[in-house]
Amino acid sequence: MKTIKSPEELKRLRNEILGRRHPKGEGTNDKVLIRVHSGTSGLASGANEIFDFITLELEKRNIDAVVIRTGDMGYCFAEPTIEVTLPGKQPVVFGYVDKLKADEIIEKYIKGGGLVEGILPVNYQTIE
Amino acid sequence: METIKLTIDNRAVEVPRGTTINKAARLLGIEIPVLCYMELKDMNIENKPAGCRICVVEVDGRRNLAPSCATNCEEGMVVRTHTTRVLNARRTVMEFILSDHPKDCLICAKSGTCELQSMAHKLGIREIPGQEIAAMSTYRLDTSPSIIRDLDKCIMCRRCEMMCNEIQTVGALSAVNRGFMSAVAPAFEQNLEHSTCTYCGQCVAVCPTGALTEVDHTPDVLRALADPSKTVIVQTAPAVRAALGEEFGMEPGTLVTGKMVSALRSLGFDYVFDTDFAADLTIMEEGTELLDRLNRHLSGDKTARLPILTSCCPGWVNFFEYYFPDLKDVPSTAKSPQQMFGAIANTYFADKIGVNRKDLVVVSIMPCLAKKYECQRGEFSTDNNPDVDFSISTRELAAFIKQANIDLNNLEDDDFDSPLGESTGAGVIFGTTGGVIEAAVRTAYELQTGKKLERLDFNELRGLEGVREATIDFDGLPIRIGIAHGLGNARKLLDDVRSGKSQFHAIEVMACPGGCIGGGGQPLHHGNSEIIKARVAAIYAEDKKKPLRKSHENPFIIKLYEEFLGSPNSEKAHHLLHTHYFERKKKIVVKH
Amino acid sequence: MSQYRMQIMVCSGTGCSNLNSEAIFDNLQLEIEAFALENEIQVVRTGCFGLCGLGPVVRVMPGEVIYTRVTPDDAAEIVTEHVLKGRKVERLLHKDPVSRKILSTEPELSPFKKQLRIVLRNCGIIDPENIEEAIAANGYEALAKALTELTPDDAIKIIKDSGLRGRGGGGFPTGLKWEIARNNQAEEKYVVCNADEGDPGAFMDRSVLEGDPHAVLEAMAICGYCIGAGKGLIYIRAEYPLAVARLKTAISQAREYGLLGNNIMGTGFNFDIEIKYGAGAFVCGEETALIHSMEGLRGEPTVKPPFPAESGFRGKPTNVNNVETFACISPVILKGADWFRSIGTEKSKGTKVFALAGKINNVGLVEVPMGTTLREVIFEIGGGIRDGKKFKAAQTGGPSGGCLTEKHLDTPIDFDNLVAAGSMMGSGGLIVMDEDDCMVSVAKFFLEFTVEESCGKCSPCRIGNKRLHELLEHITKGKGTPADLDRLRNMSKVIKDTSLCGLGQSSPNPVLSTLDNFIEEYVSHVTVKKCPAGQCRDLMEYFIIEANCVGCTACARVCPVNAITGVRKEPHVINPEICIKCGACKEKCKFDAIIIH
Repeated sequence: MKTIKSPEELKRLRNEILGRRHPKGEGTNDKVLIRVHSGTSGLASGANEIFDFITLELEKRNIDAVVIRTGDMGYCFAEPTIEVTLPGKQPVVFGYVDKLKADEIIEKYIKGGGLVEGILPVNYQTIE
Repeated sequence: METIKLTIDNRAVEVPRGTTINKAARLLGIEIPVLCYMELKDMNIENKPAGCRICVVEVDGRRNLAPSCATNCEEGMVVRTHTTRVLNARRTVMEFILSDHPKDCLICAKSGTCELQSMAHKLGIREIPGQEIAAMSTYRLDTSPSIIRDLDKCIMCRRCEMMCNEIQTVGALSAVNRGFMSAVAPAFEQNLEHSTCTYCGQCVAVCPTGALTEVDHTPDVLRALADPSKTVIVQTAPAVRAALGEEFGMEPGTLVTGKMVSALRSLGFDYVFDTDFAADLTIMEEGTELLDRLNRHLSGDKTARLPILTSCCPGWVNFFEYYFPDLKDVPSTAKSPQQMFGAIANTYFADKIGVNRKDLVVVSIMPCLAKKYECQRGEFSTDNNPDVDFSISTRELAAFIKQANIDLNNLEDDDFDSPLGESTGAGVIFGTTGGVIEAAVRTAYELQTGKKLERLDFNELRGLEGVREATIDFDGLPIRIGIAHGLGNARKLLDDVRSGKSQFHAIEVMACPGGCIGGGGQPLHHGNSEIIKARVAAIYAEDKKKPLRKSHENPFIIKLYEEFLGSPNSEKAHHLLHTHYFERKKKIVVKH
Repeated sequence: MSQYRMQIMVCSGTGCSNLNSEAIFDNLQLEIEAFALENEIQVVRTGCFGLCGLGPVVRVMPGEVIYTRVTPDDAAEIVTEHVLKGRKVERLLHKDPVSRKILSTEPELSPFKKQLRIVLRNCGIIDPENIEEAIAANGYEALAKALTELTPDDAIKIIKDSGLRGRGGGGFPTGLKWEIARNNQAEEKYVVCNADEGDPGAFMDRSVLEGDPHAVLEAMAICGYCIGAGKGLIYIRAEYPLAVARLKTAISQAREYGLLGNNIMGTGFNFDIEIKYGAGAFVCGEETALIHSMEGLRGEPTVKPPFPAESGFRGKPTNVNNVETFACISPVILKGADWFRSIGTEKSKGTKVFALAGKINNVGLVEVPMGTTLREVIFEIGGGIRDGKKFKAAQTGGPSGGCLTEKHLDTPIDFDNLVAAGSMMGSGGLIVMDEDDCMVSVAKFFLEFTVEESCGKCSPCRIGNKRLHELLEHITKGKGTPADLDRLRNMSKVIKDTSLCGLGQSSPNPVLSTLDNFIEEYVSHVTVKKCPAGQCRDLMEYFIIEANCVGCTACARVCPVNAITGVRKEPHVINPEICIKCGACKEKCKFDAIIIH
């Protein structure tokens, strides 16, 4: 990557990034976006295992998705948590995700749009 | 200078900006008690951790109480030093401190001179609430050749740490552990013996409690005196006579040379001699060595290394062995006066009186704690018989005299015994910073130039400035001299020597601030630098009184060379009066 | 895509479950099946909505309709009205308690979203190990703006006007701190980020560094620009390996992208950041101790003044802010002082992150606007007290904060209100206690921490706290006297009044605030020697109710010290002299015959 040499270049880079991927949650393209919350709380509860499982299973099941690691959202009581954003939909956070739950999320929610238990309702607002 | 107006206990006072509340109060005669705080005025020594919290005062508009030792005055400040809130806080904090302090005052080495004890008395503490359920922080007792550390008595005033690190730059002591178990100790809480401690004793000199004390050798001396088969002789260092009187209620600076001799004789010493004699001898050896190196240097001999450094201070010797082992060929090889005395006493004098060295006990009275270690060094003994058997400090001597029911105040003056008790003024001034080099100049000048020295007082070499330099005109040859007292100051000069920047021909170093008169074995100054200044003045007064003031004019020294040693730096002199140094760099043993 | 036309979410958080939300779920399910809609309408249980005070809660999507205080009987109406006819059930919609107006059901304006994430804006959203994610989320935009559009004084003015106060505990105005550091002339200056998060239970700084490290780097660079410093230092505890790793990655990526280092974004501004490690001493969160620790010295505080802004790291002017404070900077620069000022209370602007812990259902991090009440945080966002127990107290400000009680539940939380209530903001730890907690033991517990963490420099903290702890221990063992309570209070006051740094000045807070708010518990310990919460083991007495005991001997057999005697088939007796209060007998007894006094 080349060095950013001016504030304009920073803006250009941002637009370029936004053009090819989700900005901050809302799905804008046709890929499923999965965030595995991998802060210390998440990792301590097994986030790595879930990350690997989801990555592998999505590939096996031929689902075009982006899986990324992020920090924690603060839902320590329900770790591991993951956030799934289906194209064109609001993100949904699932808590207490083990492999069984992850499988259910892939099968029911990602494939069919059906909700599964363990959703953590969004109780916050954030800033742009 | 910008000044500030404030009121303390409803009285107005005007002070320069930067003045602390405590100092401002003192101007009004209000003595806010301090415990951890200590200052040696005009000597650049100040301990101000603001840790004990005894000196707290109320400042209007401030949420909590302010430590008066570390809070600067501000314009319009309203300070109250004895409100109920302040008095209650001070008492409660004192109760806290005492609740974690042993109550064995009756048998404590510092009893009577302990600052904690007098503070408890001043604050009228009569009970310690909750003592029955209070745990004590206890530590391992650590005894080294010179210093005993009993950290149960440490109150974390950090004075020792400040002396060891900021003033001496030895770095043997620093705070360890945290919270309730924190204390000041060598790294890894190892024994002092395994640290880089130089035994300068400055930690002991400033410790307000019995946490740091000297190893007491008076019982050994008493045993020797009581043994009829032993001939016990004593030597007294120059600085002792300028301070001993303080222990007996005399004004600081009172010279008690004659009374001290009387007291020692009363104690039962067979011969009372003077280390000043050995100091004169030191000048002969060291001065000759200086001139030898100087003349070889002037004639272009590249192996002649300059500057030459004095070597009479054992704390300083330990210091360069630890920190500057690469420079160990720079200091003079001359032994210290204490050890020269021991060597001569066990040979020349023992022969004279026909006593076997095994039956001769040599005791030294020193202002110093490192001397205790020095006399135990292996190279200063023959067949396991040390040249100097016991070294006791000025403080120990005072206690010894008191135990023997001797009232120093009312003793008649007496004279030292001959021949090892005869000395010149040059020997006396060894006791203060700059004195050794002044004594050396008096002799070296005459030996080098062959001319008589007109002026004997070298005021340019005197004073309490930490690092001093002067150029002395040796009849057209300028001799550049450096002086440092306090090991931190010595380090500065040594760093210059190491880097080749040093332009000096000779450097005098004394480990203790002020030189020997400020030694770790002297009566406690409790942070009063006037005491140290008075001792310095006394030393120079004694010098002035002496009929002879140049070492090479001491007739008994001349006789010693004629009868026994031959000439200065002769082979025999080398054998008996010179030594060598060891590399002890980073010899850190983690061992309990 | 979703195969369902409509989804009904039933809250199954602890609060709603206790109010029988399970029956609502069952009834909804039955109704849906009755109309054979199970392939069209999905009913699902969800986690806590954070509306425990209004539970049980049911949400219908699409439309984001939230029904509150739903009963199992309401299920039929929800299905027939809302699902079949598309009409909202008005009576179940949440109404404003005063105006009785139905509050908006639009998600963006939802009054139910009590949290406002400014500090945590990117946590859990962006990939912290990919700088492009941060850039996509406006990362470094504020730095670009500061460097090109604002003078240092302009930027400081924005921070000052925003009313931002230090989040590390003291609440000192950040802009003012920067201004002082700016005005102290020196060739070298330093920006220090205090990431030595020491309060037990608080981990917001760690979360920010793990989730959004660039937010901190960017803010430090802005600070460097404002005060005239070219070097930043992050003092982070070595026990945060993940945060350290992500910081390192972030720093090297920022350097690579030219956002740290020389000539940042071509503006000629140079700023670089180095990481310094702490060994996890609580006192090193105090700024002077922190600076000494970074210099390689013993981590203990020194008297202020001089403040770090005059003489800090290596004797140079140094500005120390904590992670959360820095994380607020970029939004303030980008969105302006007025925006930030519009959030919070009169004297405390913006949001605060709290780490909820203790007897609360939703343990974790929450970020709320200043002025949110304790009730909202605990009962709505935090999901209420665990196991349906009664709320007793909340400790804010970490081990040196105070306990807030029932009467403080509706006090808006901000710096000044907390101090007025005898506690403090601290770094935002919030530990909730219920009826089973003995407040004397709670005070003892916190004191134990400060005793452990005192550096030992000043006597009141070194020895006084130890003595306080010993006396509390004495009291919880039933050996205290009423006079001890006066001693506790006096020692506490003196320690506060005379200690050198913030640690000792606040360490007695748990004692003082529990003495103030729960004096009757203390009195009970020292007079009748009883622990009302039944927590102090030494004050418990196990006792067999004669009427319930059948003489099965099970208790006597399990007692490890043979304290229970009795004849088979006749009531047994516990000898209190021998009993060690292990509780084995009570556990074994099938007849509820053993009780604790």
